[in-house]
Amino acid sequence: MEQTKKFNEEELRELETISKNLKKRALTMVYKAQSGHVGGAFSAIDLLLILYKKIMKLSPEWKTDEEWQKRDRFILSKGHASAALYSVLCEFGYFCPTEISGFRQLGSKLQGHPNNEYVPGVEVPTGSLGQGLSMANGIALALKLDKNPAKVFVLMGDGELQEGQVWEAAMTSNHYKLDNLIGIVDRNRLQIDGDTEKVMGLEPLADKWKAFGWEVIEINGHDYQEIYKAYKRASVLGSEKASPVVIIANTIKGKGVSFMENNAGWHGKAPSEEEFNKAVTELKSV
Amino acid sequence: MLTDKTKISSLRVAYGEAITELGKENADIVVLECDLSKSTQTIIFQKVFPERFFNMGIAEQDAVSTAAGFASAGKIPFISTFAIFASGRAWEQVRNSIAYPKFNVKVVGTHGGLTVGEDGASHQALEDICLMRALPNMTVIAPADSIEVKAAVKFAAEYKGPVYLRIPRPNLPELFDETEYKFDMKAHILREGKDLTIASYGETVIECLKCAEMLEQKGISAEVINVSTIKPLDEKTILQSIQKTGAIMTVENHSIIGGLGGAICEFLSETFPIPVKRIGVRDKFGQSGKAEDLMAKYGLTAEKFTDEALNLIKIKNK
Repeated sequence: MEQTKKFNEEELRELETISKNLKKRALTMVYKAQSGHVGGAFSAIDLLLILYKKIMKLSPEWKTDEEWQKRDRFILSKGHASAALYSVLCEFGYFCPTEISGFRQLGSKLQGHPNNEYVPGVEVPTGSLGQGLSMANGIALALKLDKNPAKVFVLMGDGELQEGQVWEAAMTSNHYKLDNLIGIVDRNRLQIDGDTEKVMGLEPLADKWKAFGWEVIEINGHDYQEIYKAYKRASVLGSEKASPVVIIANTIKGKGVSFMENNAGWHGKAPSEEEFNKAVTELKSV
Repeated sequence: MLTDKTKISSLRVAYGEAITELGKENADIVVLECDLSKSTQTIIFQKVFPERFFNMGIAEQDAVSTAAGFASAGKIPFISTFAIFASGRAWEQVRNSIAYPKFNVKVVGTHGGLTVGEDGASHQALEDICLMRALPNMTVIAPADSIEVKAAVKFAAEYKGPVYLRIPRPNLPELFDETEYKFDMKAHILREGKDLTIASYGETVIECLKCAEMLEQKGISAEVINVSTIKPLDEKTILQSIQKTGAIMTVENHSIIGGLGGAICEFLSETFPIPVKRIGVRDKFGQSGKAEDLMAKYGLTAEKFTDEALNLIKIKNK
């Protein structure tokens, strides 16, 4: 097994700074549009940051078709966290930062929920919940047919797992032994109407995935060391067990802004000017 | 046009054979199936290309979105199941994961219409053309015989974008000549006439031709058009025909709401309003029974069309 790298103090500080900047950008997008989903964007940003910065093999610099075909693929099945994805894609150079200001507004490429037709770096359209894992399976199967070693990462919301299609897809991933596919569950325990366990209970969640034939890794989804190790371990584990792997990342909805944390009210609400300024102050550098 | 020697063949077998032929030419063609490979005849493809055949089990929503994933990675997926499930059960997946991003997926709904027969209303798709036609970016095709199926499948594989293909269950007489017929998304006049236009697709085309012969006996000259591409509608051919005849009867093994009748009414009411008669299932569910008994029960026979055509001519001449 590959020796997993641990980040030193300086690297951790750098990651934290980038995470805060990603959140500020996402928050600004939602504030300007006065529309969007902050809570579920903030719970997912640390997972996306490590994925795009440290794990996935892809670059907006890859211009030839041959290079581009080799890219690892990411699918944001919880498409409402688009502000997080756009913020990350902008950070890593997939499109021009000036487009950020158009988020969710008429004529913008940055639709409320992502569409690959408009945004470079987006693979498939998502937003209607429960369809991302199926699409990820299709990509993973196609990659295997082509003997392409690229991997597919798909981030799902926890509330989203109430969609029956997710479990149809979970069967498919296992049936076709998709060891090139890594699922990530953003387990922030909140959905629009409140606590997932009160709206429609998901537990025992790890057991559900295990029963569907998946390998399961559980982590703190805001601990960079754990996130990194989990991604690395997932890649190895998939090959070892010839099975798909899911990382259940325990996260905090609204992570990073005190008054948004663990508050279902911030699922799909835009901040007022006062709230925005207060949040930005909290997201100032470490 | 039809003789005792007219060959009768299976449209579903034609589908299975056509995708298999295409699979030999194009390694990007993959087939997804929902536990109905013997009914949809994708089993023919499976035997030749097991590595490019994916049984998705009884899970149409997953199957449709998986096909979208295949397309995003450059494959040309044909996803087949009964029309009721392809267009109904998985409608929102077809909309959001295929039509919206214009993915190159071919959704094939077999067993469309009443002629599923004994399985009854739960399995008789009478709304699939309506549901698929309502989607932006979607091309909707319903061939009338096995020759047209083969040509349409070849066309769909070469065409870049989402296609819905409706294939009926029964074996049907061959209307076209395999060596000559080329699919071009156009409506084709199968019989020329001057008093009335009859537009149809799928298995009712043959009944419309019989109807035109019956009308001829009564001194009425009917023009029969095979509108196998329901969307985009070949407006030019239809307009030219009705400018000549002054009345149109639409015939389909589908609800009168939102199918070919709906499409033609939408078009003509805005451009060239004339008397129209829509023949189809009149806002009802079907039931169990033999295919031919069902077609008779719901008024989808040449005799019934003839009566309706005579009424329409009266309205036109008022």
